[in-house]
Amino acid sequence: MKFNLTEEQEMLKKTARDFLADKCSKTFVKQMEESETGYSRELWQEMAELGWMGLAFPEKYGGGDMSFLDLAVLLEEMGRACLPGPFFSTVVLGGLPILDLGSEEQKQEYLPKLIRGEKIFTLALTEPGYHNYDASSVTVEATRDDGNYVINGTKLFVPDAHIADYLLCVARTKRKNGITTFLADAKNPRIKCTVLKTIADDKLCEVVFDQMTVPKANILGRLNQGWSAVQRIIEQAAVGKCCEMVGNIQRVLEMTVDYAKERKQFDRPIGSFQVIQHYCADMATDVDSARFSTYQAAWMLSEGLPCTKEVAIAKAWTSQASQRVVALAHQIHGAIGVTMEHDLHYYTERTKAAELAFGDANFYREVVAREMGL
Amino acid sequence: MDFSFTEEQNKFRQKVRNFLEEEIKKGYWEPACDAWVQGFDPGFTKRVAQRGWIGLTWPKEYGGQGRSHIDRVILTEEMLRYGAPAACHWFGDRQVGGAILSFGSEELKKEFLPRVAKGEAYFGLGMSEPGAGSDLASLQTRAVEDGDYYVINGQKTWTSCASFAHYFDVYVRTDPEAPRHRGISEFIVDAQSPGLSRIPMNDITGTEAWNDIFFDNVRVHKRYLVGEKNRGFYQVLHQLDYERSGMERLMGNYPIFEATIQFVKDNKLSQEPVIRNKLAQLQIEFEVGRLLIYRVALVMEEGRAPNWESAMSKAYSTAFEQRLASAAMEILGPYGQLVSDSKLAPLRGLAAHSYLGSKGYSLQAGTSEILKNILATRGLGLSSS
Repeated sequence: MKFNLTEEQEMLKKTARDFLADKCSKTFVKQMEESETGYSRELWQEMAELGWMGLAFPEKYGGGDMSFLDLAVLLEEMGRACLPGPFFSTVVLGGLPILDLGSEEQKQEYLPKLIRGEKIFTLALTEPGYHNYDASSVTVEATRDDGNYVINGTKLFVPDAHIADYLLCVARTKRKNGITTFLADAKNPRIKCTVLKTIADDKLCEVVFDQMTVPKANILGRLNQGWSAVQRIIEQAAVGKCCEMVGNIQRVLEMTVDYAKERKQFDRPIGSFQVIQHYCADMATDVDSARFSTYQAAWMLSEGLPCTKEVAIAKAWTSQASQRVVALAHQIHGAIGVTMEHDLHYYTERTKAAELAFGDANFYREVVAREMGL
Repeated sequence: MDFSFTEEQNKFRQKVRNFLEEEIKKGYWEPACDAWVQGFDPGFTKRVAQRGWIGLTWPKEYGGQGRSHIDRVILTEEMLRYGAPAACHWFGDRQVGGAILSFGSEELKKEFLPRVAKGEAYFGLGMSEPGAGSDLASLQTRAVEDGDYYVINGQKTWTSCASFAHYFDVYVRTDPEAPRHRGISEFIVDAQSPGLSRIPMNDITGTEAWNDIFFDNVRVHKRYLVGEKNRGFYQVLHQLDYERSGMERLMGNYPIFEATIQFVKDNKLSQEPVIRNKLAQLQIEFEVGRLLIYRVALVMEEGRAPNWESAMSKAYSTAFEQRLASAAMEILGPYGQLVSDSKLAPLRGLAAHSYLGSKGYSLQAGTSEILKNILATRGLGLSSS
């Protein structure tokens, strides 16, 4: 048992922190939020050159041959910096599923482009009225037509679909028990994409498929039996979101403690008041426990161990913990914290978005209940 | 990073489980909440000692096994899972032995550690006083030098395991003129010393949980001074870090958790959404707490005293235990209030006992408020003035 990072991981963390401190100021974050695309092509390319997109992919596709756990370290730093853009979509929602499910041909076709930063990927999974992350709520249909498939229906809350080159679209190919994932060309004119205005300005989209044809060769994984693979994508994504949240709240804790040391009222730093100290102690407890449960799940995923329960614990706990941390941070920061001129709001918005993505605490409590044999 | 146990660790855990299951099967004892501090069973302690499981982390030359702190958490985790009656040796094993190892003379180490490890010397603590609780540095019990002896006068309170203890680890004022943190010393006092008397006190469950201990000219030889004279306050802070560090803070009432889950299954309540939700949340909180405590063991394994880390894990964990007991009561409904020897009492009355008993968990060994002060000041660097 060991909870600390390896030397290489510490180095990766430091490199990422320094790079993002330099390139991803809050001014930049704000610009990206206000921009249409939500990311900077230039920064994207630099990240590719640093090997970030390819970090967790095998060398033969141009990757860095590192693990999901190493990727977790990077995601945490991205959460800390509130990095905008399609990294999560491309790597966690696009690349890792292709690596897991794709044929050798598909991997050769897509992964090198992804790793070089040339193509952006995302996952179209959730739908209107969809809240349970179970197979039965997938209603977007892909019907067979002359050896191809024709996709119809609406996907919702698809991150970065407006800039994506490829969509992994989870669709129903059989009325009962028939889920299939397709690799679709996101630039196809039969797709209509609308960017939704969200609290985090994180470019979640509505994606409408209107009679879009996808060749059979673009099926990713197994026909009709794709759901268990989707569950794995959801698990990885949930843990990935946890990593971002850990990075978010670690930074929030630091900002808040610093503020409590500096801010004076009644002629003394507010951090000398016991009530503020206890709030900070509660925040630190939530941050550390979120970190350990998140890294436990990331480590197990990385090692290929069965970890349905640990993933559920991580996402349920980190979702709740991050909400508590942010709430206390606001209370300690006072009114300045609820303005746009202070940085705190970026974290408040992102932790909320991450809580809602890939299953919230209610969803995962039910998973835990099942794992307990209830 | 590695969240798994080694094969040896898994084997060790299995060995402990086999031993405890065998004990239960033979009817030696029944699993109980709080048995780590209220279950006095010299026979059990002796059998644990025979396996080398007391003083597990201590050097071999003092009767220990030189094993890792992770091994010790595995051992205690299983003791607590089975609600084993480990109170006779718990304090000596957990903290007084460690204090002697860290600060005691060679003579003291040789005199006490092998006997603790053999399950022959039981320890109680003499820290709190009627006027010195959270503010331990204000303690008033005095020790005055008299030739080769110190003469102790005063009163200690909240001493667990006192009716069984052979020795007390006592903190007394040796220099009333010095600033209060710098005039305290630590002594090992024989419980049979002339002038030492005690009055038992029942806790809210009606169990004899503590004693008041009175010192009336109790004479203690100088060689029983632990560490340096007047450095006792710094030594007690160190010892408290260990007192707070363990799995007993999370699993003190663990038997109620498993019993409640079984009760829910047996009574076909497991499809009730509110109950599913409640138990799943507790499971999540439990497993998170377990990680916080393993972190503390890893800190010790690095050779550091677990300071704010154990403050964090204890404050978190005792709040969990209280929520667990409350949830058990809610799930049992009106039956929850029935105590162990009542007609119709469910789960052998464990819930009622634990609901009441758990109120004390967030007070002993540092109140949650004191622990959060420690975490904020020493962990986060906030200043108290």
